[in-house]
Amino acid sequence: MTVAAALLLGAFHGLNPAMGWLFAVARGLQERSRVRLLASLPAIAAGHLGSVALVAVVVGVTGSLTTSTMLSMAGGVVLVGFGLWRLLSKRHFRWVGMRLSLPQLAAWSFLMSSAHGAGLMLIPVFTGLHAGHAGHAGHALSGGLGVAALHTLAMFAVAGGIALTVYEVAGLTMLRRAWFNVDRMWAAALVGAGVITLLNA
Amino acid sequence: MALWTPDPTFYPSPRDAAGAPAERLAYVAAFDRSARRPDAIAVLDTDPSSSDYGTVVGWTDLPHTGDELHHFGWNACSSALCPYAPHPHVERRYLVVPGLRSSRIYILDTKDRISPEIVKVIEPEELAKRAGYSRPHTVHCGPEGLYVSALGGADGRDGPGGIAILDHQSFEVLGRWEVDRGPQYLAYDFWWHINHDVLVSSEWGTPSMIEDGVVGELLLGRKYGHKLHFWDLRKRRHVQELDLGDQHQMTLELRPAHDPTHTYGFAGVVVSVEDLSASVWTWFRENGAWQARKVIEIPAEPADPAGLPDVLKPFGAVPPLVTDIDLSVDDQRLYVSCWGTGELKQYDVSDPFEPVEIGSLPIGGITRQESHPSADGPLRGGPQMVEVSRDGRRVYVSNSLYGAWDDQFYPEGVGAWLAGIDADTFTFDERFFPHGDDFRGLRPHQVRLQGGDASSDSYCYP
Repeated sequence: MTVAAALLLGAFHGLNPAMGWLFAVARGLQERSRVRLLASLPAIAAGHLGSVALVAVVVGVTGSLTTSTMLSMAGGVVLVGFGLWRLLSKRHFRWVGMRLSLPQLAAWSFLMSSAHGAGLMLIPVFTGLHAGHAGHAGHALSGGLGVAALHTLAMFAVAGGIALTVYEVAGLTMLRRAWFNVDRMWAAALVGAGVITLLNA
Repeated sequence: MALWTPDPTFYPSPRDAAGAPAERLAYVAAFDRSARRPDAIAVLDTDPSSSDYGTVVGWTDLPHTGDELHHFGWNACSSALCPYAPHPHVERRYLVVPGLRSSRIYILDTKDRISPEIVKVIEPEELAKRAGYSRPHTVHCGPEGLYVSALGGADGRDGPGGIAILDHQSFEVLGRWEVDRGPQYLAYDFWWHINHDVLVSSEWGTPSMIEDGVVGELLLGRKYGHKLHFWDLRKRRHVQELDLGDQHQMTLELRPAHDPTHTYGFAGVVVSVEDLSASVWTWFRENGAWQARKVIEIPAEPADPAGLPDVLKPFGAVPPLVTDIDLSVDDQRLYVSCWGTGELKQYDVSDPFEPVEIGSLPIGGITRQESHPSADGPLRGGPQMVEVSRDGRRVYVSNSLYGAWDDQFYPEGVGAWLAGIDADTFTFDERFFPHGDDFRGLRPHQVRLQGGDASSDSYCYP
C-alpha cells in the first residue's frame, strides 16, 4: 500500500511538464541532442529526490520527538493549508535562465519540486510509516528515505518516458491542447492528502 | 482567472505559430499631436469576410491628454510555455500601453469586447519611485514578468534610460531590471535570445534630445545612440557594448531571430551623418563575443532643396530614415520602413548575412508623396511602424513616427493612414486602407494583432 502510493505519486509528479521532462526536452531540442536530454533527466530526478527526502527527514525527525497522532495532525494541517494557498494564489514559480549546468539543473528541480509541494504530497505516506513503526523512529526515518527513493524512481521513469516520446515522436505541438492545468490538480491532491492524513491521525 | 488548458494563442515554437489562424482584429495606438484631445486605441477589423473589413470598428479614448501613445504589448505571450517556469494557463488578454510623453502606463482589457476597457493606470510617479525611469517605450512579456524599456530617468534626471519590470498579474512596477548597467546610458528598444539568457538593447536619445524634435547639433555632433548592448538576461548584468560607429546615428529597432537556437538578429539604423544613408545590421556571436555587420545600406536620394523641409534643406537630399524593421516569425522575410523616401522594402533574409531585396512598395515620402490605390491623392508621412502577421502573409504599416519629428520632416502635416499589404504578391490590399478622418484627427503608430504578431512573442522551442 505504502509502496503503491509512493509509486503512483511519483508517476503523477513525473507527468507534470513543470517538474522537468519539458525542460529536458527543451535542452535536447536546443542542441538537437538526445544525449543532452538524457543527461538532464538524472539531474532533474536528483533535485526532486532532494526535495522529497527533505520532507521525509523532517517528518522522521519530528516523529521521533512527538506522538504519531500529533505528527499526523500537524502534517495534515500543513498540507491543507499549503494546498489551499496553491489553489487560491495566482503566484507561480519564477525562474530566469535556460543555460544551466547539470548541478544548477538539479538545484532548479529541487526548488521547483519544493515550491509545488511535491514532498508534502507524500506526508500521509511518511506519517503512516511512523505510525507503523511506533517506537522505532530510526526505522521510520530510513523507511521514509526508501519511500522517497522509490517515489523518485517512478517519477524518473515516467518523466523520462514522456520526454523521449515527445522528443522522438510526438513533438511539442500537442502541449497546446494536452497541457491540462496540473497546478489545480496538484492543489486538490495536496488538500486531499492533508484530509487523509488528518482522518488517519 | 486561470484556464484549464493553455491559452490558445501560445505556441511552443515559431513553426507552430506560423500556422496560427489569421488575426480578426488589430489594435492601433493613435495620438493627438496637439495634446488637446485624449489619445486612443483604435481597433481595426482584419477579417476579410467581414463587411467592416479594413475599417475602424472599435475605439477606446484614454482618460488623460498628452500621453503620446507609441509602442505597446501584451500581458502574456508564448514565453509562458518556457520550461523553467511554465505558467501557460494565464490569458493573453491585457494590452500594456505606455504613454511615451506622459510616462503613464495603461492596462486595457481586450477580452470579449471590441473596444478595450481600461482596467488600470500606472502613474508616472510609481514608475519613477519604483524603477527610477520615465518615458516608457517597448513592452515585452518575458520570464520575470513584463519588461518595459524607458528612455529617460526620473526626478529631474534626463538619463540613464533602462528597463523596468512589472508584475504580470498585478501590473505593479516591481523595480529597475538592471543590476549592473555598465556603460549603458541611452535606451530605446530591447529584446532577447531567450534560450541563451541574452538580452539586447539599443539606443535613441534621452527625453531632452528627442521631445522637441531632432536636434541638428546633436545629430551632426554624433550624440544620438549608435551602440548595441548585450546583457546577461539571468543575472541582469551588462556584458558587452557594441559600437556600430558614431556616424550611424540612432540604432532603433531590434529583431532577433525567432528560432531560439539562433543567436543573430537585425538592428535598423536611422541615418548615417556621413551620407544620410540608412542601414540594417546583423548582429551575431563569434568566439564568445558579439559582433555586427552592415548587411543593408539604403542611400539618400538627391532632391531640390526648395521642396525639402527646413531640417533637410542644407543637405539637398532625402534620407531614407529607416525607423522600423520587422522580421517574419519564420525568420525568412525582413521588412524595412523608409519613412523619409516613402518606401517599404521586403528582403529575403534566409541568409541573414546576405539579404536579398525582393520587393519595394512606394507610399508617401517627403518629396514623392506617393499615393495608394485607395487614396484620393498624394500622401504624406511614410511607411513607419510595420507589423507582420504570424503566418507571414499580411503586413500592416502606419505612417506616423513621433509627434515632434513628424512635424519637422512633414511640416505640411503628416496625415494619418494605415495600409494592409499582401506579403506574397507584395501589393497593397485595396480593401484595407483606413486613413484621414477614420482616425478622428489622431496619428496612428504601432499596430498589434489579436493573438500575437511577429514582434510580440518569444519561443523557447525550435
